[in-house]
Amino acid sequence: MPDGTSALQLVFGGDPALYAIVALSLYVSVCAVILAALVALPFGASLALTRFPGRAFVVVVLNAFMGLPPVVVGLSVYLLLSRSGPLGFLGVLFTPRAMIIAQALLVMPIIAALTCQTVEDLWLEYRDELTALRVTPARRVATLLWDARFSLVTTLLAGFGRAAAEVGTVMIVGGNIDGFTRTMTTAIALETSKGDLPLAMGLGLVLIALIIVVNALAWGARRIGEIRAG
Amino acid sequence: MRAPISDLPVAFEQASLRAGAVNIVSDLDLTLGAGSPTILFGPNGSGKTTLLRLAMGLVAPTSGRISWGGRAEPGERLAMVFQRPVMLRRTAAANVAYALRAHDDRRVAELLDRVGLAHVAGRPARKLSGGEQQRLALARALARDPEILFLDEPTASLDPAATKAVEDIVRAVAASGVKIVMATHDIGQARRLAGDVVFLARGRLVERAAAATFFTAPATPEAAAFLLGDLVI
Ligand SMILES: Nc1ncnc2c1ncn2[C@@H]1O[C@H](COP(=O)(O)OP(=O)(O)OP(=O)(O)O)[C@@H](O)[C@H]1O
Ligand SMILES: [Mg+2]
Repeated sequence: MPDGTSALQLVFGGDPALYAIVALSLYVSVCAVILAALVALPFGASLALTRFPGRAFVVVVLNAFMGLPPVVVGLSVYLLLSRSGPLGFLGVLFTPRAMIIAQALLVMPIIAALTCQTVEDLWLEYRDELTALRVTPARRVATLLWDARFSLVTTLLAGFGRAAAEVGTVMIVGGNIDGFTRTMTTAIALETSKGDLPLAMGLGLVLIALIIVVNALAWGARRIGEIRAG
Repeated sequence: MRAPISDLPVAFEQASLRAGAVNIVSDLDLTLGAGSPTILFGPNGSGKTTLLRLAMGLVAPTSGRISWGGRAEPGERLAMVFQRPVMLRRTAAANVAYALRAHDDRRVAELLDRVGLAHVAGRPARKLSGGEQQRLALARALARDPEILFLDEPTASLDPAATKAVEDIVRAVAASGVKIVMATHDIGQARRLAGDVVFLARGRLVERAAAATFFTAPATPEAAAFLLGDLVI
């Protein structure tokens, strides 16, 4: 990003470096949410449907983990992926992949906890009917996830919002390398520390606009789905 | 494809269901065997729905026991149409397909046609009217090819034509060898369908009799009063 350009010029001038940052931010957060959802949706739904000793403990921990400090998650992933760490052989530290993994871990508890809540509520309504239909436990999970799909869109958005807005994990495991692992949030942090507040603010506005656009798209998809599926 | 083991008879032995201090049903002794439809009859809150839920294995009795074909667990070929059926958030056709053991579009179309819903196959089930949902629930229950079909006031929100259609289906299903156990308030309907009648009041079995006997000469004052349209509590 050339120094001295104003935030407005940057935002509306079609600066390729800015687009690269925006694209990377989107890419990392979307991949992180998808990765997290693959684990957290079935996990949250299964947790909602099963009763076992210690379940209350798991639920409390899961809810607490919704507020995991990003820097701590970043540090843990850093230790895992660093050369001497157990997953060091992957050689992904300071790459977008590491950022995806870290953000996925960060948002997994959010998606799992909200899914658990949503599915539990739906199960109250569905229990008799699905039991009468002699639906197997695995199919129950799939059915409830599918039938809760419109509420779960909001859950995924909550995860996306958290991932796109955080700076701690991507800073630590990505390293904020210009043109490679620099995201919106790490760029904002950097420009702020360099004293270029207008640029930082401009980037901040772009980030907020981006999150609004993603939410609007999801809202539209949800409405269309609801109208067609009831 | 008939399962080798049968869930008939469904036998209640001194079965009670208690919720806190409330006895929902008490000391039920009842055997539901193969044959013509059994109608559960009784005023609001007498325990008809609860009896069906017990028979379906949805709740376990708090005391006493229930057995299905001599076994302690209910099998696969029981189906139930609930008083307030839950529609899955998908099309009417998909709701029926969901209950089939194997994917079969022809069978789905057949079942929808049978309950008079062919024209709404592609509509979201939750957008159907109450009566349409009840008929869809019947199609879904039939999709399970049941040996015993429990029906909880399946015509409560149907118009006369749809009521007649459902009664015809119930008769045809019963004639094909399926055991029907149906709760209803409708005396006319009970007369039209019943092989025998189980009359409940306050969670207790008050009278069980062949339909012909029950409607002409009820043995208990409660049943007689109920048939005359008096309030039975
Ligand atoms: N889980 C429960 N906890 C407490 N009371 C219950 C519960 N389930 C049912 N009851 C009570 O048990 C009684 C019998 O209920 P049930 O639904 O079986 O009656 P019903 O004969 O089906 O009535 P209706 O004709 O109105 O459908 C009612 O008084 C009801 O309030
Ligand atoms: Mg009832």
